[in-house]
Amino acid sequence: MLTPSHFSAVLLFATCTSVVFGITQRSTPRGMVRYGIYCWVLFVASVIAASWLMWLVKR
Amino acid sequence: MSSKAQVPVQAKTQGFAYSALILGWLIPGAGHLLTRHWIRAVLVFVAITAMFWLGLAMQAKVYVPNTGDPLDVLGFAGDIGAGILYFIARIFSLGQSTVQLVTADYGTKFVVVAGLLNFVAAVDAHNLRIGRKV
Repeated sequence: MLTPSHFSAVLLFATCTSVVFGITQRSTPRGMVRYGIYCWVLFVASVIAASWLMWLVKR
Repeated sequence: MSSKAQVPVQAKTQGFAYSALILGWLIPGAGHLLTRHWIRAVLVFVAITAMFWLGLAMQAKVYVPNTGDPLDVLGFAGDIGAGILYFIARIFSLGQSTVQLVTADYGTKFVVVAGLLNFVAAVDAHNLRIGRKV
């Protein structure tokens, strides 16, 4: 059984999702790579921001 | 100032126009394979299959259509998007019927999102097939 931490799960989720988003939402290879990286950064940055927000709310 | 809308040239498709859509839904990446986009096909297959199996490895719940719970029907609609992966999971009873761990909750989302992403990829393959996207 696989038991990743929340952050590891986020990284796996962001990677797989960004690959598909990049391929399907852009037409050129360069555009796909750029959009995929953009999505990945947004996923991970959003989770880190939300985590800090929840930490502040808890305190 | 006037502007002209850019309408892409519709390529003439030979054979059944929805073949990439249906094949892409059944087997992740197969729609792109049909349109001869090899690298895209491999990447889509690896990403969606990995996501689905990671979900199952996390003890994901695999939804069934006839529980009577509307939310379960939505989960089923997402799961069925994975096509043959979903049928394999059901045939070999690979998923759990209930979520008992935190990681199982993550895994359930992985499986549902893998199915939804496969719908997106299948539509993309269809657009390539009919010439709406190049």
